[in-house]
Amino acid sequence: MKVTVDQDRCVASGQCVTAAMAVFDQRDEDGVVVLLDPNPSAELAEDVRNAAALCPVMAIMVEE
Amino acid sequence: MTGTIDPVAEQTPAFPAARAAGCPFDPPPTVQALRERTRLTRVRLADGSTPWLVTRYDDQRALMADPRISSDVTRPGFPSPSPVRGRPLSFILMDDPEHARLRRMVTAPFAIRRVEAMRPTVQKIVDDLIDEMLAGPRPVDLVQAFALPVPSLVICQLLGVPYADHDFFQDNSRVLINRDVTPEERWVAVDRLSAYLDRLIGEKLDHPEDDLLSSLADRVGKGELTRPEAAQIGVLMLVAGHETTANMIALGTLALLEHPDQLALLRESDDPALVASAVEELLRYLHITHNGRRRVALADIEIAGQVIREGEGVILPNDIANRDPEAFPDPDRLDIRRDARRHVAFGFGPHQCLGQPLARMELQVVYGTLYRRIPTLRLAARLDEIPFKHDGAVYGVYELPVTW
Repeated sequence: MKVTVDQDRCVASGQCVTAAMAVFDQRDEDGVVVLLDPNPSAELAEDVRNAAALCPVMAIMVEE
Repeated sequence: MTGTIDPVAEQTPAFPAARAAGCPFDPPPTVQALRERTRLTRVRLADGSTPWLVTRYDDQRALMADPRISSDVTRPGFPSPSPVRGRPLSFILMDDPEHARLRRMVTAPFAIRRVEAMRPTVQKIVDDLIDEMLAGPRPVDLVQAFALPVPSLVICQLLGVPYADHDFFQDNSRVLINRDVTPEERWVAVDRLSAYLDRLIGEKLDHPEDDLLSSLADRVGKGELTRPEAAQIGVLMLVAGHETTANMIALGTLALLEHPDQLALLRESDDPALVASAVEELLRYLHITHNGRRRVALADIEIAGQVIREGEGVILPNDIANRDPEAFPDPDRLDIRRDARRHVAFGFGPHQCLGQPLARMELQVVYGTLYRRIPTLRLAARLDEIPFKHDGAVYGVYELPVTW
């Protein structure tokens, strides 16, 4: 699984961090998404898919 | 307004509509019925205009994230619930890039790690208020004793607003979000709150502290924001920060008391994941912002063979989306074990609620604490005696008499 994020589009809802804390974090200054792990392991895949589905601006792209 | 009657408008269903008697947790049946019949339909607002109403979850979600849809309340055709006056406007009524620029000035304290760091403080606030209730007389109004103070104390601390002023800002917030007051009454409340926040911003300019108003004041000092803009953002944060969560606490408690099997599940579990799941389900099921999200089309948009024309108003009643059986099986059943995370109680798209991490954490602490500490909590009135906020832009209860 390959993950990319669009920081320009991000609105800092924080839903990705709640869904997959090992993969996503937020910048201190404005809460914008920070990608911790662009190649998450298989056991995190479901959480990452959830994070992408919950993002209100579709700023998380997942390639299976 | 002239005396001419538009024959189309006359036959068009009115919005917002009334809830059914005896069903205080369900969206208005006439609006729910629209979803069963069609994906897109005209509705009639109080001013006689007939914007589009989008009924289904998938369509609503797609539109809220669609760049061809605008939140700019100053555009012709925007189906505003009340007349708009003056500047500066709140950024929730603007489009990007201006909306994004202003929004990012206030998102930092709502980041998940920052909100989690506040959890012990919120737990202490909740525990102290429960101690006071337990030591006081019974019955008690849960709204005044608990539901309103919890989020007010939290947002005051985050913003740097003195809680001692809570009567002033709670009274004016109530006017601001009441859909039955006149525009003039609403503007007076806005002016009072703006003047109050402006004074606080001035104080923070001279004596900055570790809070959100001080960071806004710092931006005023650097020329990134005007002082009226900073005060306007402060008003938004203060009002949105306590009214919504307070209503979720009181209405959520009433919904659980009316669903004792669900309340028992929640009370008897010590699993934080079940508490978090209950929060999402209650957000979905109750959906307290019941005015519908309001937008205007920037281009022609086709839905189910019909076209929303550029410049036409669009209403997205997220409460009926949260009851769409295509998105949530058996949607009218409150089930705290279901995965309800995809609800649209906080909206969707670039305007999705920025305070949602804080709201979630507060509700998790409340729902995870109140019913365990007061296991015999019960209503001290009949359901039909409870005054519901049918007149509020944010739904809830005015009072909730409880005993134990």
